[in-house]
Amino acid sequence: MNGIDHDRIGRADLYRQNILDHNRSPRNRRRMDDATISRREVNMSCGDDVEIFVRVEDGRIADLSFDGIGCAISQAATSMLTEKAKGLTLEEVAVLDRSFVFGLLGVEVGPARLKCALLGLETLKKALRENSDT
Amino acid sequence: MNEQEYNIAGLSRQEFPMLQDAACRDRNGRPFHYLDSAASALTPESVLRAMDGYYRQYRCNVHRGMYDESARATEEYETSRIKVAGLLNAAPEEIVFTRGATESLNMVAYKLAARLGPGDEVVISIMEHHANLVTWQQFAKQYGFKVRFIGLRDDFTLDMDEARRLIGPQTKVVSVMHVSNALGTVLPLGELHDLARQHGATVIVDAAQSVGHRPIDVQTMDCDFLAFSGHKMYGPTGIGVLYGKHERLDALDPFLYGGDMILEVTEEDSKWNGPPHKFEAGTPNIAGAIGLGAAVDFVTAVGVENIERHERALARRALSRLADVPGLKIYGPTNDELDRGGVVSFNVEGIHPHDMADILGGEGVCTRGGHHCAMPLMRRLGLPGTTRASFGLYNGEKDIEALQSAILKAIKTLKA
Ligand SMILES: Cc1ncc(COP(=O)(O)O)c(C=O)c1O
Repeated sequence: MNGIDHDRIGRADLYRQNILDHNRSPRNRRRMDDATISRREVNMSCGDDVEIFVRVEDGRIADLSFDGIGCAISQAATSMLTEKAKGLTLEEVAVLDRSFVFGLLGVEVGPARLKCALLGLETLKKALRENSDT
Repeated sequence: MNEQEYNIAGLSRQEFPMLQDAACRDRNGRPFHYLDSAASALTPESVLRAMDGYYRQYRCNVHRGMYDESARATEEYETSRIKVAGLLNAAPEEIVFTRGATESLNMVAYKLAARLGPGDEVVISIMEHHANLVTWQQFAKQYGFKVRFIGLRDDFTLDMDEARRLIGPQTKVVSVMHVSNALGTVLPLGELHDLARQHGATVIVDAAQSVGHRPIDVQTMDCDFLAFSGHKMYGPTGIGVLYGKHERLDALDPFLYGGDMILEVTEEDSKWNGPPHKFEAGTPNIAGAIGLGAAVDFVTAVGVENIERHERALARRALSRLADVPGLKIYGPTNDELDRGGVVSFNVEGIHPHDMADILGGEGVCTRGGHHCAMPLMRRLGLPGTTRASFGLYNGEKDIEALQSAILKAIKTLKA
């Protein structure tokens, strides 16, 4: 399909082993009692639902977990995010973008699934932003 | 499926450019099992030719041009109206061209809602497409009337007991779909309309999934208004129809103001043209209307009854094949006794419909995953959405086989 990303991305690639593994056994999937910040976001159009829990200490993410339901892409990307964003400073998280998520997933996600892939990161960034505003 | 039904599809596949080998080669060898006709049906050559003919030979504005090409544009445009009227058993002046079902439903609701207020009720079904549901919901907020929802029975048919409880003297409008795009359920319009008539309510039908897919006769259906889109019946996008009984259209004020909808304009006031022109302000979608006329010719030539039979047979075939898939649940009528449209909605336990539809797409099986513009329905069913396969007259056994094996592959991929 000329010019359209579909085949470069390739669906076989999207459902690669690491993504399926994180979807089947999500990491850090727990509600956090001592979270300093939490936030829930839903992708209404997809039915993806993610709640992020963060414990911030000294401007860093000391602990990060999530709860949620949704498609494999949204859940795996959030699971991977919780592993990789732990320990980052709030400034470091603020500049993370889609390429970071593509790096986690190991594949570039096409327009049809982009919202799924970015839900976790967007939720985390919103949670931290909202917290710094208050 | 018997041979005859097979031939309908076999013959008509030739008519669709997107189903030809050349088109499929662009897909890197992936096959093209198009099972998304409920979202939009593919376009046959005859429709493309009709629109192309307009653009190449007489692409001029309609009405009042004193030269051959404009006269021809007007004639073809109005001929399409006559064709659509014939398909519905309506009179040509009862056919208003719109942008599609959504615009038609908004247009009629916009005009009717303004006459409603506190104490009045509009009855719809929980299955309604957002085009019908959100429209009434928002006007209800604006004008203070209430919207009531008829629910479903366990077999995904409309709960007529609830309908009888809900429809009463306070009911001013009953606006429901004919065939559900999300479940394939066919609504018992006859019974509903009898109830509505007993209480003097206006009857509106969202026939987006049924015009061109099953015979429709607005006289026997006894509706005041009916809406549909061209692109779901093998016509072009951007054109649709609002049918209204002549006296009902006559009694409504215009929706948009501008050229063509007026009879006489002075500095102080204007007099409206009669229906349908009163509702067609501005330069219409001329090519779209002409294409829609060609689509009416196309479905009529194939035979709308044949299309109906074919779609139902495909749906039943799919249901029986999918019944063997472990963990798969169908959302929609499965009982052979029940009428149904060519839509099969399903989920496999533990698999999100988007993942399912995505993997099916990778196998060249084109379906749709999500809420199908019926979020309140999905919520009531407790689902994030479903994966939906929907059939057109070009589909056959091979597409259903491909659907089944792609589902099995998705299960293997996601659950391995
Ligand atoms: C039942 C039903 N009503 C209304 C619509 C809206 O049609 P359109 O988007 O062409 O205006 C659709 C399309 O999905 C439909 O299936």
